[in-house]
Amino acid sequence: MLEIGGTTFSSRLLVGTGRYRTNTDMVEAIDASGAEVVTVAVRRISLDRADDTGILHHLSPERYFLLSNTAGCYTADDAIRYARLAREAGFNDFVKLEVIGDQDTLLPDTAGLLEATRVLVAEGFKVMAYTNDDLITALRLEDAGAVAVMPLASPIGSGLGMINPFAIRTIKARLSVPIIVDAGVGTASDACLVMEQGVDGILMNTALAAADAPVRMARAMRLAVEAGREAYRAGRMPKREIAVPSSPTTGMIA
Amino acid sequence: MQLTINGSSRTVARAETVEQLLAALELDPRAVVVELNREIVRRPLLAATSIRDGDAVEIVHFVGGG
Repeated sequence: MLEIGGTTFSSRLLVGTGRYRTNTDMVEAIDASGAEVVTVAVRRISLDRADDTGILHHLSPERYFLLSNTAGCYTADDAIRYARLAREAGFNDFVKLEVIGDQDTLLPDTAGLLEATRVLVAEGFKVMAYTNDDLITALRLEDAGAVAVMPLASPIGSGLGMINPFAIRTIKARLSVPIIVDAGVGTASDACLVMEQGVDGILMNTALAAADAPVRMARAMRLAVEAGREAYRAGRMPKREIAVPSSPTTGMIA
Repeated sequence: MQLTINGSSRTVARAETVEQLLAALELDPRAVVVELNREIVRRPLLAATSIRDGDAVEIVHFVGGG
């Protein structure tokens, strides 16, 4: 079980709802992932045609915990505005806070992120802050009242996997709030390796949406997250640079 | 009455409140959130909030995102 900001969740895998080829792919993949928390974005409604882009046409808010994001926001003010709009929809007080600093890398603007975190926490939001893998920023976000800190494995949508396991482990070791690795996971082994660092969960989107078979990848990710968590809890054997026989060295026939 | 809705200029007849505007646009008030001149209109106040010529309205909902 995963607890964030006083709410308990059944799965350590959190998933996004963007970039799927079809809504059927999305619905079936999310079902197969076992995720309870799904992220959504706030956007203008289309006034000129029958609009089925609304996510609530496809995903039941009774079944899923809708975590709205502030994706696409480049200033603290914009992110705060989007967070307030999302909360008015009435589902919960959580926000996945993103303040992006650069269009090419989508890396976070950590100064804006901290500023927005402080404002939103003061307004009663439960802020889950998407950040880079920098320990000091993570510590400051915790100090500012974030209920979870979400360092990237690698840039959003890149599928490069975890670039700096040391940084992820250090953040996990030094913070008390849950650490949810967000962005960069590409395939099941990436997810497993992330969970083996001891973090509390993973949020992913494109790894499922852009797989050739999203439902199959969602199943793989579910298993990988569980496997990585179990391996972490089991405590891995030490690495050695010389072989140690696993069969008896005595009792050999002459 | 001329409004700016989601960034586009639009002529709206027979709507004096935000609730009536949503009805004129055939939008379910429970499925959207409205900003009037950059201030969020709380759901219980949709019927009590008047709109005036020249107002800027944003109407948003949840879409897929990561």
